[in-house]
Amino acid sequence: MQAGQMNNKPEKIKMNEQLPGKRVRNFDEVALGLTEEQAISEAKRCIQCKNPACVKGCPVMIDIPAFLKFIALGEFDKAIEKIKEKNALPAVCGRVCPQEDQCEKLCILGKKGNPIGIGYLERFAADWETKKKFQTTKYKPQTNPKSKNQMTESKVAVVGSGPAGLTAAADLAKLGYQVSLFESLSEPGGVLVYGIPEFRLPKRIVKIEVDYIRGLGVDLQIDVLIGKTLTIDDLFKNGYKAAFVGSGAGLPRFMGVPGENFGGVYSANEFLTRVNMMKAYKFPEYLTPIRMGKHVVVIGAGNVAMDSARVALRLGAKEVTIVYRRSRTEMPAREEEIVRAEEEGIKFTLLAAPTEIFADDKGWVKEMEFLKMKLGEPDSSGRRRPVPVEGSEYKIKCDTVVVAIGQKPNPLIPKSTPNLKIEKWGGVIVDEKGMTSIPGVFAGGDIVLGAATVISAMGAGKLAAASIHEFLQNIV
Amino acid sequence: MNRIVKKEILAEAIKLIEIEAPLVAVKALPGQFVVIRIDETGERIPLTVAEKNPKAGTITIVFQEAGASTKKLGTLKPGDSVLNLLGPLGHPTHVEKFGNVVVVGGGVGIAEIHPVIKAMKEAGNKVTTIIGARCKDLLIMDKVIANVSDVLHVTTDDGTCGRKGFVTDVLKEMIEGEEEINLVYAVGPVPMMDAVSRVTKPQNIKTLVSLNPIMLDATGMCGVCRVVVGGKTMFACVDGPEFDAHLVDFADLRNRLSVYKDEEKKALEKINHECRLGK
Repeated sequence: MQAGQMNNKPEKIKMNEQLPGKRVRNFDEVALGLTEEQAISEAKRCIQCKNPACVKGCPVMIDIPAFLKFIALGEFDKAIEKIKEKNALPAVCGRVCPQEDQCEKLCILGKKGNPIGIGYLERFAADWETKKKFQTTKYKPQTNPKSKNQMTESKVAVVGSGPAGLTAAADLAKLGYQVSLFESLSEPGGVLVYGIPEFRLPKRIVKIEVDYIRGLGVDLQIDVLIGKTLTIDDLFKNGYKAAFVGSGAGLPRFMGVPGENFGGVYSANEFLTRVNMMKAYKFPEYLTPIRMGKHVVVIGAGNVAMDSARVALRLGAKEVTIVYRRSRTEMPAREEEIVRAEEEGIKFTLLAAPTEIFADDKGWVKEMEFLKMKLGEPDSSGRRRPVPVEGSEYKIKCDTVVVAIGQKPNPLIPKSTPNLKIEKWGGVIVDEKGMTSIPGVFAGGDIVLGAATVISAMGAGKLAAASIHEFLQNIV
Repeated sequence: MNRIVKKEILAEAIKLIEIEAPLVAVKALPGQFVVIRIDETGERIPLTVAEKNPKAGTITIVFQEAGASTKKLGTLKPGDSVLNLLGPLGHPTHVEKFGNVVVVGGGVGIAEIHPVIKAMKEAGNKVTTIIGARCKDLLIMDKVIANVSDVLHVTTDDGTCGRKGFVTDVLKEMIEGEEEINLVYAVGPVPMMDAVSRVTKPQNIKTLVSLNPIMLDATGMCGVCRVVVGGKTMFACVDGPEFDAHLVDFADLRNRLSVYKDEEKKALEKINHECRLGK
């Protein structure tokens, strides 16, 4: 096949993966990436639509056909440059974005069930650049050459270094602002670091993307909790002209059933933070402990639940069961993650809701009681509502329970910022430009949406950066 | 990185460090705490701010070497640094003119009541302080506390200093006495706070305790510090650490504090071993 020629293969490429039997015994990445040949061949399937639908499905509006064309031509450096015009975290997005619900869903070839593997190719381009960077000192990744000339006096504060904050910080730095990025934890990355496990998103990938953003001139300040160490008011007093709040949906929800405080019951946030960020799997070399049982029950069926279940398996659990109150169709996790969990031997107990947790005489969880459910009419989310089946209680033996039923927005900033308007459920209210009820204070990501996706948070960070630019130009 | 500028040994296994933390030194109020992680392999441990010096940009922390991390912290010297320090965290103590305030401190909790006593005094309260320890050698800061309190009572379990007995013995007598008590504030080991609560509950004397559950991020993210207060689950890191003692489920707190007992022992053995090797 000639360079640039189309590829008429009908099927979407399959990415190589570690086999289930092997991968459950390590924390290495499950999906292994594409080879150059595979990437070129897949990119050549793109028919270069005049009016590409895929771009409309991308919350950060990457020029997808353009980068695919560069890959098809083998011009990988230009491909990654094209992606980075819009997306500062391509290696992350290529791994964790739900492309099947976004760009790939709208791909014209998807009508026949075989959209271009856009996510795979985004990851390929990002990984190619990383490999180049480490292989040769000659290769210089594209930073923004304009930023220095355009450097304005204005200081902008970005609160939280998760996907929303990283994106906003990158875009603002590219526009020439002096950006300070505040992070309360010891490492930047937010949920990318404490939440998503190594086998789905290696920490080194996050580090590379964060380093790229710092390379744009962003000043990262760790161990600063906005709302406590400094308030939003303090930031303005300290000369910041605008602020973006991307502090995430940190506050875990619990089930509210008796026995939830017994030993061995974790929120998914606690469970994953201990393992991912504090490296509890290396205890006692690392001093943060985790006590992993043999029979683990995970409540919930989103991506966080899948992550928790698969982490438990890798930590040596004999049996891991995901319990969900609706059916498989309603599970909020990505299909890909559900399939991988199934392949790895995670059990699924569907249509069951927890009613009580029981402990042994040492206060440690020993079994859990559930009530069977059936599906009723669709609720406000459009999913069929689970209805309890009277008298159907039954028990499951377990010694670890992970509660993964969602998170609420972290209340620290709303509580410490007078005049910041919030929804009843705690989300910060913003207008169509991402500005809150306080002029100059913008917000986006999970603090506005409730727990959502990495890419929607990035879209919000992008919007806010553009709006902050507009806002500052109007006041200067 | 936060550098230690001063270190004192207050008693057997109770140490004081003054550490650089310029932003915290400006913001910290009585009752608030910080989280410290010593190094890359360290765990995040919450420690109450005992004193702040905004001019020098430092805060003072008093801690008891109870587990692996505090033991390791105790080996650091002036000039050494800790990798991470986050704060101030939690709500500050609610201070106003209550009238007659009794402040109770037990063990290392004595250091934690010091800023609260000062704030209560400044707000115009009469402060009677009761401090207690197992024995004279474990009693800390009695002179400092005496200087800021209107009246000071000292108890030791074995009678080697002050009165023989428990802090609650003195508190009971005060309650039976003529003077009305408007607020009791207690910090110390869980059994002590539980006992204080039991003493003041029958008389319905408003009592605040500062709880010390296990914490991880300490910013509201993980929920490991959940405590049951008035039948509701609260997060000590963001909703506390101070709560109405009469509403606290102390049995639940004790159970949650003991969750990692075996692991703590194992970690402590490792640190002790390293200390012996002079690492």
